[in-house]
Amino acid sequence: MALNRRDFLKTSFGAAGLAATAGLAGCATAKTGSAGPKVVVVGAGFGGATFARYLKMWAPTAHVTLIEPNAQFTSCPFSNTVLAGINKMDDITLPYDNLKQVVDKFVPDTVTAIDTTKQTVTTAGGHTFAYDKLVLAGGIELLFDKVQGYDAEAQKTVMHAWKAGPQTATLRKQLEAMPDGGTFVMSVPMAPYRCPPGPYERACMVASYFKRAKPRSKIIILDGNPDIASKKPLFVAAWTKHFGYGTGNSMIEYRGNNQPRAVDARKMTVTTEFEDVKGDVINVVPPNRAAPVCGLAGVRDGSNGNWCTIDYRTFESKVVKNVHILGDSALTNFPKSGSVANNTGKMCAYALSEQFAGRQADPSPVVTNTCYSGTGMGTAFHVATVFRWDEATQSMVPPKDANGISSAESEIEWAYMESWAKNVWADTLGLPQSYNFTAKG
Amino acid sequence: MNKKITLALAGLVGLAVSGIAGAVDTRARFMAANCSYCHGSDGKSHGAIPSLAGLEPGYFVQQMKGFRDGSRPATVMKKHASGYTDAEYEAMAKYFASIK
Repeated sequence: MALNRRDFLKTSFGAAGLAATAGLAGCATAKTGSAGPKVVVVGAGFGGATFARYLKMWAPTAHVTLIEPNAQFTSCPFSNTVLAGINKMDDITLPYDNLKQVVDKFVPDTVTAIDTTKQTVTTAGGHTFAYDKLVLAGGIELLFDKVQGYDAEAQKTVMHAWKAGPQTATLRKQLEAMPDGGTFVMSVPMAPYRCPPGPYERACMVASYFKRAKPRSKIIILDGNPDIASKKPLFVAAWTKHFGYGTGNSMIEYRGNNQPRAVDARKMTVTTEFEDVKGDVINVVPPNRAAPVCGLAGVRDGSNGNWCTIDYRTFESKVVKNVHILGDSALTNFPKSGSVANNTGKMCAYALSEQFAGRQADPSPVVTNTCYSGTGMGTAFHVATVFRWDEATQSMVPPKDANGISSAESEIEWAYMESWAKNVWADTLGLPQSYNFTAKG
Repeated sequence: MNKKITLALAGLVGLAVSGIAGAVDTRARFMAANCSYCHGSDGKSHGAIPSLAGLEPGYFVQQMKGFRDGSRPATVMKKHASGYTDAEYEAMAKYFASIK
């Protein structure tokens, strides 16, 4: 959308009309004067919050409305440290206060309808917002109906903890209540899913807790994928070094090609194609797809209607104009990580700020991923990748040597992981340099 | 009517601001922002990862080249340094040096 001056002024009047009529009760509204293009952002996670903040820096006249149902930000990255007992929920829960001061309108509500012809978004609270650009950063939807018996009742006792928050706190309590000698059964969904190394890190973190507090306990990993899907040599080395993996007395047992087909919350069993597995605590992560808001907008066009294809240069949907998709919902070459959501938020803000200024979006963008996993034993390791636009494949791919994993786990990377968490939280939420983080690495 | 005129002017101010922003190397600013999830917003870091704000440009470029060719040992930085061109090192160096 290259706005000419006439369009720009027309848009400005449109925004003015909205600002004049949409004085909503319950909205933390910092600024209402921005008269530029109307941008509605759904979701204030790593993608949406970063996008909103950077767009206001790089295109200050854009009128940004940010819709987010949660009162506070709870970080999925680092939430496995809560399961390990290293951090508490408070340590990974952060305020939206600074973000609220930056955007034009912060709407604590849930989106219930999107009309991509009229270009409007409607919330459960009954409010409707018109947009020139809609940015969907809703994360993932968990497909409970793909696991037989994983109904509302079962969900009261079987946690997924794949969206950090009350689920994380409950799973931690269940692990604390488990007797020494108990079995923790956890699952890994079929790729693509949020945070590829996350489940294997979870096994490390829970094992580190068991090793300290209940050393006779076991962990069984039921993986829907044929093999460990991320950082395999590093996880295998960490499980071997710290938890006896590969010996007769391993704390961790790994079973590939073992997608959970059913759960029974009363008998505490998980059923795969091969067997029923009984646990004292069971933790099933159902298959993922793009967030429900992507369904409302009709942009789940890729991968059997589960994910959203995008133009890498703008993050605009390939099927619906003026709808942009960030973070985990997008179908890209990037891993579904917090770092990628944060950086693609900036990439989209950069593209739109260029367009709003009457310039072309960068024809050859570059974006990065850095993802740390902790062992729970005072060490961590990484995968890091730079992705660049490749004209030949019309895609974003790593140049030579710009993709790889750690040579080995290390203490310094555990310190870097803690530093990364604080920096990405601050960058996403606009927390000040003086912010007093309590999370420990 | 007055309100409309005021808002139209606000729109024009918006254009003017965008015009000024055109003088900024917006691509360098974006590439530098790629670094901030580890090195902090505007290159000002919390914790063990070094800050980049205010670094002398020659030093920044030299370190990136060192990471790329392996003469400076690294964890993640060899991969990151291998993803950018020399001209991009220079552009990012200039951007970080300008942050006080």
